[in-house]
Amino acid sequence: MIKLLVDNWSAFISGFGWTVLSSLVALFFSLIIGSLFAILEVMPSKTARVIGNVYVEIFRNIPLLVITMFFYLVIPQYIVKINGFTAGTIGLTIYTSAFIAETVRSGINSVDIGQMEASRAQGMTFWQAMRYIVLPQAFKLVIPPLGNQFINLVKNSSVLAFVAGFDLMYQGNAIASTTFETVNTYIVVGLFYLVITLPISYYMQHLERKLA
Amino acid sequence: MKRFKYVTLLITSLLLVLTLAGCGSQPLSSQNVLENDKRTNTITWGVKADQKLIGLIDVKDGQEKGFEIDLAKAITKKVLGKNGKTKFVTVTSQSRIPLLKNGNIDAIIATMSILPDRKKVIDFSDSYFSAGQSILVKKDSSIKKVSDLNGKTVTSAVGANSVENIHKIAPKARVLQLPDFAQALSALKSGQGEAMTTDNVILAGLAVENPGYKLVGGAFTTEPYGIGINKGQGDFKKAINKGLKEVIADGTYNKLIMKWFGNVPGFNYKEVLRK
Repeated sequence: MIKLLVDNWSAFISGFGWTVLSSLVALFFSLIIGSLFAILEVMPSKTARVIGNVYVEIFRNIPLLVITMFFYLVIPQYIVKINGFTAGTIGLTIYTSAFIAETVRSGINSVDIGQMEASRAQGMTFWQAMRYIVLPQAFKLVIPPLGNQFINLVKNSSVLAFVAGFDLMYQGNAIASTTFETVNTYIVVGLFYLVITLPISYYMQHLERKLA
Repeated sequence: MKRFKYVTLLITSLLLVLTLAGCGSQPLSSQNVLENDKRTNTITWGVKADQKLIGLIDVKDGQEKGFEIDLAKAITKKVLGKNGKTKFVTVTSQSRIPLLKNGNIDAIIATMSILPDRKKVIDFSDSYFSAGQSILVKKDSSIKKVSDLNGKTVTSAVGANSVENIHKIAPKARVLQLPDFAQALSALKSGQGEAMTTDNVILAGLAVENPGYKLVGGAFTTEPYGIGINKGQGDFKKAINKGLKEVIADGTYNKLIMKWFGNVPGFNYKEVLRK
């Protein structure tokens, strides 16, 4: 196993790099997009709520692979050329953002309605009240489920392998099929994923303790 | 920190178990395949399910159809007698060797070239088909031969040796490895790459189904296909080789070639006939 790791070090490391990059980009954008749609879902305007709901229900209920394949195979044919890495990361972002929207919405809903009413009574606008009063409390409540979403996101990034996104799983497949050391290769790949996900796991636990 | 220790312990023990499992005996694959097959009167073949002309599952009746399927049936009849039965298991370029190693299939007849690297892991029968690697492009493409691929993006399937060949012949080409040939073709069609590369027979099947695409440059490698058999199955290998010889000798082989490759435009089937 050590020999396999040493022989294919550069492939593993480049795969690791692409996986980390894709995860970070998708994490950042899915958090922003997810939060936006969560707010849409609790806005007083009915149109906004419908838009939020439709987005979440569509992308939460379509397999990640289908979304990714759509961006990899369909969009380039008709609109703009995007490579496998970008297509995978976009798919990952959209898919995860739907789950994050649901998570954050549940957080917002569990903040007492009186908080919003009191802020509005003080003369704050809806967005000000969201930004300064409700969201800070909501995020504190949803840290554990958000952590789950982040970990899922990293693991789901293996979808890049299906669209030639050069990630860990892609390199793993390539190495396994040339060395035939199937078991060892995927153990190494699994360990590399742990290197990313375990720190996230512990950091989220740390945050939970610190903020609770 | 206590929790961290538990997790570390868990991972270490998991790895240990997996490593030990790898060292242990492999009961299924170490049994005598020929004896087992004679007892059950069935040979289990690993075949392709997504390649027109070679091995394709017909959507209408769910039956496998293609040159390799017919050849496998013919060889089975020679090995087990007229009433010998065949069982087909779908494999991909990636899964075929692991499936053979763990005993799920008895033999691989799935467009697999005989390669030194593969010979280290499994045994091969005599060659049953003389294939070669070629490239598939859009009809109006500027790519005329392999060396034109330098600086271009080429799609292929993961687990196929064609990737290594391209790295050798056109080192500046970028290769995208997709899960299977159908997806490699989809990627080519949606413009993710300028060409697709793999064995000419596979590309011939794709060109037949996709007007607007053509083979160029001819075959630039020779890659005889062989039937993959597990290491240590000498009896079974002998029986397969004998069966293959008989199939070629009685003319069944050439009939099958004519049946499947006789009408492919641009593919010279006379090159692959056996005497």
